[in-house]
Amino acid sequence: MALTRRLRRIAAGIAATTALAMLATACGGGAEPEGTATSGGGGGGGGEDLTITFIPKQLNNPYTDVVLGGGKAGAEAAGFAEAEVVGPLEASASSQVSFINAETQAGTSVIVIAANDPDAVGPALQEARDGGAKIVAFDSDTAPQYRDVFISQVVAKDVALIQTELIAEQIGGSGEIAILSATANATNQNEWIKFMEEDLKTNPKYKDIKLVAKVYGDDDDTKSFQEAQGLLQAYPNLKGIISPTTVGIAATGRYLSTSKYKGKVALTGLGLPNEMREYVKDGTVKEFALWDPAQLGQVAAWAGKALADGAITGKVGDKFTAGDLGERTVGENNIVIVGPPTRFNADNIDDYDF
Amino acid sequence: MSEVLVEETKGLTGVARILLSRGSIMIYVLVAVLVYCILVVPRFASVRTTGFLLLDVIPILMIATPMTLVIISGEIDLSVASTAGLASAVMGVLWAGGMNIGLVMVICLVVGLVAGTVNGILVTVIGLPSLAVTIGTLALYRGLALVVIGDNAVANFPPALTRFTTSKIGTTGIPVVMIIVAVIVIIFGVLLHFTPFGRALFALGFSSEAAEFVGIKVNRAKLYLYVATGLISAMAGIFWTLRYSSARSDNASGLELAVIAGVLLGGVSIFGGKGSIPGVIAGVLLIGVINYALRLQRISDVVLIIVTGSLLIASVVGPSLFEWLRGLRHDRRVRRELARSEHASPTIQT
Repeated sequence: MALTRRLRRIAAGIAATTALAMLATACGGGAEPEGTATSGGGGGGGGEDLTITFIPKQLNNPYTDVVLGGGKAGAEAAGFAEAEVVGPLEASASSQVSFINAETQAGTSVIVIAANDPDAVGPALQEARDGGAKIVAFDSDTAPQYRDVFISQVVAKDVALIQTELIAEQIGGSGEIAILSATANATNQNEWIKFMEEDLKTNPKYKDIKLVAKVYGDDDDTKSFQEAQGLLQAYPNLKGIISPTTVGIAATGRYLSTSKYKGKVALTGLGLPNEMREYVKDGTVKEFALWDPAQLGQVAAWAGKALADGAITGKVGDKFTAGDLGERTVGENNIVIVGPPTRFNADNIDDYDF
Repeated sequence: MSEVLVEETKGLTGVARILLSRGSIMIYVLVAVLVYCILVVPRFASVRTTGFLLLDVIPILMIATPMTLVIISGEIDLSVASTAGLASAVMGVLWAGGMNIGLVMVICLVVGLVAGTVNGILVTVIGLPSLAVTIGTLALYRGLALVVIGDNAVANFPPALTRFTTSKIGTTGIPVVMIIVAVIVIIFGVLLHFTPFGRALFALGFSSEAAEFVGIKVNRAKLYLYVATGLISAMAGIFWTLRYSSARSDNASGLELAVIAGVLLGGVSIFGGKGSIPGVIAGVLLIGVINYALRLQRISDVVLIIVTGSLLIASVVGPSLFEWLRGLRHDRRVRRELARSEHASPTIQT
């Protein structure tokens, strides 16, 4: 009993001393920032120790991982001393702001960001720029006044034209074709489809090709599979299918490869090499397209380097070298285009891993 | 026997009671972590930290204060983040529609009041469990926010106002908005710890029926709490909108979990009846500091949520474990006392 009472007294004593210590450190903690404030600033501009940080929409997304892989490789090749990737787990509008703040404080020279919200990241990016950082937007743009350049994957029209070209080659320039899209109101899908329809109508090379149906698989594997099945039953003369979505083309490929239409009905569109490899190898699919996501990260890193070095300011007409990808030019609205989509076929598909 | 009982109920008194309370312990932990971060984490000791960190925790801090009272009274409100989102959406649409910004903010606060009142009425008048009600309104208010603003985002708020939201007091790095937060904290702190209404809330949390019997107007008290939570949530929604200068339907989503995590870490019992405002402030700031320090070190958010989760579990399990150990010690002592008295008077044995 006496023992516990003594323990209690000791505990109270410890508590009292910690409380005192707390008061003392609280005062110290309050005063400290004033003194060290100057060391926080810094910022880019420096010669050797340039740092770059990528802030994707969210982490742990397979597509983003490929982009970031290219980005880190590009940053290394461009000569950044340090390349980091930070980002939120969920892609909500404001979740990126505290990451931008941390980078501002770290004095990072170049921040490469895929904005979840073009405006919500604005004030934080402005603060980073005031601190000397260069801002490169990629994949998904911010409001134009908050960044130096935007690196865009491809021109929407190019994406459409390569798909009509591929299908025309594969069906021999004539016959019925159909489009299997994602959702009926997906902005990018509809933009591509619009360009494809225009191209089919106006280009004399395609005068014998007839677009008979547009169906929507909602980027759901099962629904896309069933839509593909439905198309072939409804249009027995169908010669080819364009699926400008990675989910749709993989599901259609799976259906065709197990059906009697394998090798007879052409399939092309936008697909991921890893998902399409077996259909290319078993002859279901001859050739399909997609941009190489790694190149996006690579060009972003080189653009960041050129900006940080002061070689370019991001104005229209500025030119910079993106390593082994060659020269890129800053276009209208300070946008840099990575390049035309890549075609994947049996010859080159094993060179890609994404 | 009676002597043992007296010994047990004596407990801690006076200064020791305050210094060893759960809330105080949280403050020690917070200070310890702060000191550690200042010494170890590069760039942490800077006015920028104060600014960025506080801006990040302001909405959580705001809502956590009334939430403390709600949880102490034995209820919960999960709809706070959705209320903030709804206020944000309304703010965006009205401002885009050309209304005066002052009036817009007043209407947003009214939206919060109404949202809180609906929760309150469903819980008190109709008598539904608050968990079920507020899970419902969590979805409902977020849904309404979507109806109000859809997929759009409104961003062109008056620059003077958005600048004010992120402006700092002099060179301290402390955001000006912290003054408003401090006022909220003081109001609710005084209300909880220094008024009969506050004491009634603790009683209510222990036993709603007993509180009723001693003359506490249980339903009215709870209704007030929900209305207050709704109002403050709307304020947090306005702050959020201006800070990020973006009104969207998904603003502040998931914030309710951050708030509740902070409150529980701050020593408020999820079963009601226990907790303090200073503890909660320390709890919220502790999570904020850890998050910020980890981000500054560029440690992945995956680690961050694991740390926050573990802290939360520790904060809930810790006290229970402590109680269990105390119970064990008490049992052993009683047994020993009994054994001793048996030895002393062996005649009783037969």
